[in-house]
Amino acid sequence: MSTDKRLTAVIPLVLALGSAATAMAADLPGLGKSVSEAELALWDMSIGPDGKGLPPGSGTSSQGAAIYVQKCEACHGKDGQGGTNAALANAPGKTDRTMALYVPNATTIFDFTRRAMPWPQPKSLTSDEVYALTAYILARNKVIGDNETMNAETLPKVQMPNRNGFISRYPDKH
Amino acid sequence: MTSKHERLASRLPDVAGNGLVDRRALLGRGMLFAGATATGIGSSLTGAAAEALPVDPWSMEPGAPIPPYGVPAKYESKVVRTLTNPNHEPRTSNARTPHHLLDGTITPNGLHFVVARTGFPDIDPSKHRLAIHGLVKQPLVFDLDALARYPKVTRINFVECGGNSAPLYNKDPVQANVQAIHGLVSCSEWTGVRLSTLLEETGIDPKAKWLLAEGADGPSMNRSIPLAKALDDAMIALYQNGERINPAQGYPMRLLVPGYEGNMNVKWLHRIKLIEEPVMAINETMQYTYRVAGPKIWQFFFPMEVKSFVTHPSPGLTLKGPGFYEISGLAYSGNGRIAKVMVSADGGKSWAQAALDAPVLSKALTRFRMPWRWDGQPVVLQSRAWDEAGNIQPTRAEMFAERGEPKVNVPVTAFPMGHMNVITSWAADNKGELKHVYG
Repeated sequence: MSTDKRLTAVIPLVLALGSAATAMAADLPGLGKSVSEAELALWDMSIGPDGKGLPPGSGTSSQGAAIYVQKCEACHGKDGQGGTNAALANAPGKTDRTMALYVPNATTIFDFTRRAMPWPQPKSLTSDEVYALTAYILARNKVIGDNETMNAETLPKVQMPNRNGFISRYPDKH
Repeated sequence: MTSKHERLASRLPDVAGNGLVDRRALLGRGMLFAGATATGIGSSLTGAAAEALPVDPWSMEPGAPIPPYGVPAKYESKVVRTLTNPNHEPRTSNARTPHHLLDGTITPNGLHFVVARTGFPDIDPSKHRLAIHGLVKQPLVFDLDALARYPKVTRINFVECGGNSAPLYNKDPVQANVQAIHGLVSCSEWTGVRLSTLLEETGIDPKAKWLLAEGADGPSMNRSIPLAKALDDAMIALYQNGERINPAQGYPMRLLVPGYEGNMNVKWLHRIKLIEEPVMAINETMQYTYRVAGPKIWQFFFPMEVKSFVTHPSPGLTLKGPGFYEISGLAYSGNGRIAKVMVSADGGKSWAQAALDAPVLSKALTRFRMPWRWDGQPVVLQSRAWDEAGNIQPTRAEMFAERGEPKVNVPVTAFPMGHMNVITSWAADNKGELKHVYG
């Protein structure tokens, strides 16, 4: 088969696919408005294990302790041992659902604290406060020391003790 | 003395112990009843000196004006959800569906179960938007006016909290009714736009394997969902049982991922981001995970497993003397249609196949029914379901052989673990009182 013959065989196919794709798009309303990632910056608050998107700022457990007493203790109890709401650190005899065991990535603590806490005023904490409270929770779980600084660089590197304990049931058994 | 119905029911043979009657007793028996009427069998309401039934007052006056939005009869005021946080304290609120007071398969919108971290937000629908971005070719934002013009689909699907039925993890049978134990599952007709339709417009970067779905509520509840599910049967649901989604169910829009655990059906949906790997949100690490042994924790087990439970009779619905009853209940599977439900009245020694109300739909509540003649003696009622994928609802022994025997008792409102689907047993004593037992 010559090159020319191959081309003549391929070109109509490409044209056919092209027009089918156009027809498909034309059959949809196309009413979504284009938006840039920059325009979605305030909404795009999810922080995954790689820490991508962590904001500037920093904090230590010692700084977090004062914020904790003021904004968190009423629900989560003294030293994060649980109250009307979940324990954040080990509370002997109370629960084994601790962050040390159940959180495989430290970024999860930052992400949830920033988006959802404190209960009456979610998203009101400054980035420094979120870093400090994350550090406080990690220190109460004995994952880091009281004076270690959490920031965009250090937080994703924290080794959670049960990082390798999680077994995904998807997609094999789900 | 036996009643007319008892004698008629006894014409079909028992098919399992303690009075389970062939399910054909529920079907096509008009001829038998007609014959009975013709021979004059039947008892009078008032005995020999029969008085005429009175004309009731409501038959002798005009009715009440028809309201713009109808609500149930005032006599039904007890048909309500139970609330775990009625004073709206700063913690999660659960509201449970009263399955023992309902029949059929569709849950009224006001009785749909709720698990909400901070109650429900007051979202102005004219300002609400859905953004789809991340690993797409063109990020897009849709408002409700735009979505109204997209091709829509209607489907009936259950939504079940991953922690529903968790009280069955207790070492001893908790004394609670079906609402407390199984009230975190409900079923609605949902109408909306296929997520795949919108993704066709944004385009998908081949690197995308998951998506992050996030609500516009205060805590911005978020979950990671496999892209494969989004392209299969996920829906941006806008209507619930024909009307706009209930505020507590995600008004003005929620994600519907049929059969997957309730928490993934993100309410008040406002953002979908296509991503390569799960974000490890708090609701897929601290919660909705299952500790198997030591530090080993199961994660990302999405479909709700095949389950059934008897709703009638059940604790609180006392049997009113020996005679004919219909045992009925609900069966469902996150893996497809219900294939079969078996019912036992003798604690699992013998079983009979229940009738299923048609249509039997995939990932939807299915009503099963079983005719029963109670002889007034103690019984243990159970149901067991099979789904079309071949999954069988486990016995307690089967489940705990894999997961370990439960060692503690916790309150009904606690969620020690999720994905609990073992057989439920209700024991009736000779007075007709029912209680929860482990059969």
